[in-house]
Amino acid sequence: MDITDPTARPRLAPHVRMVFNAARGEHALLSPETVWVINATGAAIVELCDSQRTIAEIGAELRGRYDQVADGDVQRFVADLVTKHGMEVDHG
Amino acid sequence: MDKPYGLLAELTYSCPLQCGYCSNPLQLDDYRDELSTEEWKRVFSEAADLGVLQLHLSGGEPLQRHDIVELVQHANQLGLYTNLITSGLGLSTRRAEQLRAAGLDHVQLSIQADDQALSDQIAVTSSFERKRVAAGLIKKLGWPLTLNVVLHRQNIDRIGGILDMAEAMEADRVELANTQYAGWAGPNQAELLPTRDQLEGAEAVVQAARERIGDRIDIIYVIPDYYSKYPKPCMDGWASRQFTVVPNGEALPCPAAHELARGLNLPPATVREHSLEWIWTESPLFQQYRGDAWMPDPCRSCDRKEIDFGGCRCQAFALTGDAARTDPVCHLSPDHGLVEAAVAAANDPQRPKDGPLIPRAKVGRTKRAVGATPGKTAGTPVQLSRTVLKGT
Ligand code: SF4
Ligand code: SF4
Repeated sequence: MDITDPTARPRLAPHVRMVFNAARGEHALLSPETVWVINATGAAIVELCDSQRTIAEIGAELRGRYDQVADGDVQRFVADLVTKHGMEVDHG
Repeated sequence: MDKPYGLLAELTYSCPLQCGYCSNPLQLDDYRDELSTEEWKRVFSEAADLGVLQLHLSGGEPLQRHDIVELVQHANQLGLYTNLITSGLGLSTRRAEQLRAAGLDHVQLSIQADDQALSDQIAVTSSFERKRVAAGLIKKLGWPLTLNVVLHRQNIDRIGGILDMAEAMEADRVELANTQYAGWAGPNQAELLPTRDQLEGAEAVVQAARERIGDRIDIIYVIPDYYSKYPKPCMDGWASRQFTVVPNGEALPCPAAHELARGLNLPPATVREHSLEWIWTESPLFQQYRGDAWMPDPCRSCDRKEIDFGGCRCQAFALTGDAARTDPVCHLSPDHGLVEAAVAAANDPQRPKDGPLIPRAKVGRTKRAVGATPGKTAGTPVQLSRTVLKGT
């Protein structure tokens, strides 16, 4: 199944943690070998990736909050992190 | 200048194992006067203030530090991502539970081979079974499991078996990295560098395993730079993203820079005398190879200098005695003949059959109270232990 499927339920991989770093004033996803610096929208997406909500639901929820979230933003963000083993998805 | 993202804290060089590929420095005795618990805590706090996000706790064997749980807890409270890099020896159930409760994020377990006899022979210590137990414990307590495998001539043909073992252990990630010839791996280089045939075999096995295992295990495979055309972008550039603090408090821009730093005769960058902020932003050692002003040709006029930063300073120093030269791994380097000769020797059909590795020396730990810095040993403290003489 395609990882960008709107019914997929994403969550961070077990070895990945999100932090907000005060010294830098930015959010980051941390894993043993990698630091992914993400912007505020990215951080909002990650907070909603709780393996309960689907990608479609996350997109809808964000559009309620921000004007700037385009169709496909959540899919692209999640797919990119899944490819890099930073996120996992459950289907169905 | 950016802020550092990662700190590698080499808490102690004490280790129950004696791997011949160990990257710890040859002069182990110079690092016995270890930072105290309070000193390490201050280092972690200053690192967090400096913008560090990731803390790698390594050694030696970091579990040899009796204060490891306290140190993890402190780092966790600072919001640092904590990663323990361990041989697994010393990870009792109780220790593991305490570390879990202290907030340790991740454990990387080193694996020497998939076979007990070979694994114990490489580690020069009976350790294979204890590693298996440690792997089970890590999974049981709910940590993701990463296996670190340093590859070399003596175990690279066993990648298939190692990956089978990783699957059986339900590992989440496996890092298969060919040896870098730092520290003890330097004098062992001829016995560690694999042949071209071995490498081609290994790559095929990794490729097949990736297809078979798919997403279940993230398999990272790092080829030996001696066989590549260009050097690695070592550390993303000198003092650019991360740095190391070694057991006695010296700060190094690269985990293998012990000898290089001493060779430069610069004022030492030690956390016992300076803040991390001064060390990162101002110390002469960290400034030395930052950016590209130091670069000689061919790097200076090369358009790859933004990609690989001229390669590894420590490798240039180890091979040529001058840390400011182009990494000899690069085919454009005037010193590339040194690497070509090592590769030719590794592939020479007349080469005598593989011999044993020089085991990394044992190092005791000095309690601060014991005080005196041990006298410097003259030359390289390579003891011909029975293991060396016995052969394989
Ligand atoms: S490489 Fe081997 S000897 Fe060196 S620190 Fe790691 S486990 Fe110990
Ligand atoms: S000459 Fe220097 S910059 Fe160019 S590829 Fe070689 S090491 Fe890199």
